[in-house]
Amino acid sequence: MADKNKHVDEISGVETTGHEWDGIRELNNPMPRWWVYTFYATIIWAIGYAIAYPSIPLVREATKGVLGFSSRAEVAVELANAKAAQAGQLEKIASSSLQEIIADPQLQQFAVAAGESAFKVNCAQCHGSGAAGSKGFPNLNDDDWIWGGSPDEIYQTIAHGIRYAGDDETRVSEMPAFGDMLTTDEMRQTAAYVVSLTGTPSAPELVDKGKQLFADNCASCHGVDAKGNREMGAPNLADAIWLTGEGEQAVINQMKAPKHGVMPAWLPRLGDETVKQLTVFVHSLGGGE
Amino acid sequence: MMLDQSQTKAAAERLDVEPVNAARMRKPLYEKRRKIFPKRAEGRFRQFKWLVMLVTLGIYYFTPWIRWDRGPHAPDQAVLLDLASRRFYFFFIEIWPQEFFFVAGLLVMAGFGLFLVTAAVGRAWCGYACPQTVWVDLFLVVERFIEGDRNARIRLDAGPCTLEKITKRVAKHTIWLAIAVATGGAWIFYFADAPGLLKNLVTLEAPAVAYTTVAILTATTYVLGGLMREQVCTYMCPWPRIQAAMLDENSLVVTYNDWRGEPRSRHAKKAAAAGEVVGDCVDCNACVAVCPMGIDIRDGQQLECITCALCIDACDGVMDKLGRERGLISYATLSDYAENMALATDSGAKRIDPRKVRNADGGFADRVRHFDWRIIFRPRILLYFGVWSLVGLALLYALLTRERLDLNVLHDRNPQFVIESDGSVRNGYMVKVLNMIPQQRTILLTIEGMPSAVMRVSGHDPEQGRSFAVSVEPDRVTSLKVFVTLPKGRLAEAEHGFTLVAEDLSGEERDVYEASFNLPGGSTR
Repeated sequence: MADKNKHVDEISGVETTGHEWDGIRELNNPMPRWWVYTFYATIIWAIGYAIAYPSIPLVREATKGVLGFSSRAEVAVELANAKAAQAGQLEKIASSSLQEIIADPQLQQFAVAAGESAFKVNCAQCHGSGAAGSKGFPNLNDDDWIWGGSPDEIYQTIAHGIRYAGDDETRVSEMPAFGDMLTTDEMRQTAAYVVSLTGTPSAPELVDKGKQLFADNCASCHGVDAKGNREMGAPNLADAIWLTGEGEQAVINQMKAPKHGVMPAWLPRLGDETVKQLTVFVHSLGGGE
Repeated sequence: MMLDQSQTKAAAERLDVEPVNAARMRKPLYEKRRKIFPKRAEGRFRQFKWLVMLVTLGIYYFTPWIRWDRGPHAPDQAVLLDLASRRFYFFFIEIWPQEFFFVAGLLVMAGFGLFLVTAAVGRAWCGYACPQTVWVDLFLVVERFIEGDRNARIRLDAGPCTLEKITKRVAKHTIWLAIAVATGGAWIFYFADAPGLLKNLVTLEAPAVAYTTVAILTATTYVLGGLMREQVCTYMCPWPRIQAAMLDENSLVVTYNDWRGEPRSRHAKKAAAAGEVVGDCVDCNACVAVCPMGIDIRDGQQLECITCALCIDACDGVMDKLGRERGLISYATLSDYAENMALATDSGAKRIDPRKVRNADGGFADRVRHFDWRIIFRPRILLYFGVWSLVGLALLYALLTRERLDLNVLHDRNPQFVIESDGSVRNGYMVKVLNMIPQQRTILLTIEGMPSAVMRVSGHDPEQGRSFAVSVEPDRVTSLKVFVTLPKGRLAEAEHGFTLVAEDLSGEERDVYEASFNLPGGSTR
């Protein structure tokens, strides 16, 4: 009975497994030796791997593995390496003036890239990811600067902020509320004059009176020609760019109840190098002076 | 246990069932390799194979050492795959990553070339040019040099573990390993400056990846070429299994012509004297002894056969000695073979009678078919050759007309536009000038269209204008931030956008980019 089921395939002369499906039998060819050895090797490898690396999940965490490998630690090493790789550039930025950084194409490129990433993290919330701002938040791409667009002026603004209570050197300006000092008509006349500087007012007959009112009330800060005053942070009213909105009604609203944006001082939080990088980045956006 | 006796008896009936892995039919999980000791062959094909081996190994080992002067801004190695700076140099050709389709095209050509060769002359690739075949051949040369030819090797292998055996084995494996190291070493020279890398390798200053690559390729060369040999072709390579689709009845394959060889006899003269029918095959087994795959070609076509034609050489030598025509084993097409078989067997009606293919004077009958070279130029081959040539010509055309100055422009999308204080509108563009030759060039960047627009290039004088001369580094991409401003009253000009032109000041090479210009309110082109 020992060989009852033993069947040898006639054509190949190979023994079959004894299984049969509709007359088709399965040859019992042995595996090639290299294949079997490879298979055993993978099993041994798997055991070794499980011992050497974190692998078996326990209740709180997985086993640590004898090599002590951790991808988190690897990230820390990579971050440290990246920092080390940048060290030369960062030192150069720390020891150079803004003008020197901008004049050196390589350093400028590095500062712009670093400044851009710092901008995305710290500044984009108000100024937008493209630095184009929005109502009440200045657009940093254009050539209109409330506090000045030279590298040193931009640095001062970023470092100490605007109307920021926690910094003694912060830039401060305040527009009085004219709701109590001027009548509604007077405010309409003034707004008509302001709009007439760059466009067409709704009622041209108001402009002449508005001009007088502007000279009496506004020119001390915004200037006789309404071109603003950077020393005082008074915006230019004779250009195409409007911080708090365009049109006569927006001007009236600002006169009645002025809005004053606040920008934090970044020097204590980010440090000198990063503020320098941010300055070079903002300066490179196209409006830098 | 309180079971009733009769119940137990009823349950003990024997069922007709067999375990699937019964001990008596269990076999070991692996098959032992049967050692092959190929004998040295002599003859035309062996000569040709020596030549092919010399040429292919020469190309492989020496190509990285060829120098090619490209000036001071590019490496002077003729063939170099510079992964770090993403360049591929091949003599006078330099390929940038975006031109990698050339390499893809070459691979397509290699594929069709393989089809072409296989359809015409069978597995010539396997038999002559495949690295596996070439290196196994090289390793066998070493083995024969140290251990002697077939019989000496068999004796040594079967013999006891003497000092001589150990010495020979150690010497053989040492040389094999040296060849393997040289093979792995030559590979990495294609990826870096060869002389410099060699110096670093020897002084242990080369990067770790270089040593790892050498180690891996040493291992694969030694294991595949030295230890596994024919098993690679039989078990690992897919090509033997695809070849059936590539061959047809007119492909040349190594064939044992049993229409003249059978019935084989070791005592041909005696048998002939006794009036028996004898074929040309004297059953000397020379064809089996020389076969690097260890097969018997007289069993017909088989997937192990790499058509190295060494059995032809061996058999021709025997036929010469016996004074019979060469070609008992020969390159023949299946259709010729079938014709001749039909002749020798009366179309399969009888057993082979070699007298039927011969004249009274002993020569071959006129009806015996011999290889006709014109069969090579059949439609299938011409079609493969046509496709192969078309791909080649297309690549050549692309290579001869390709640009070495390229302009890539990214229009700023955040913000899409900027309104300046005078009401003019500004758009920003990241302009990348690709200078794909290893020479410094001055590129003139000009706006065409939008007549009122002015351009500003960051870091470049003058402050603004419509044309800028920009110096671009050799063999590099130069990135420029470009601002284009359109005055307030002229915004209508933006409708058709503008064209940015990059032109080589010294030559006629130029590239253009059709740019759009965004306006407030979405009224862009």
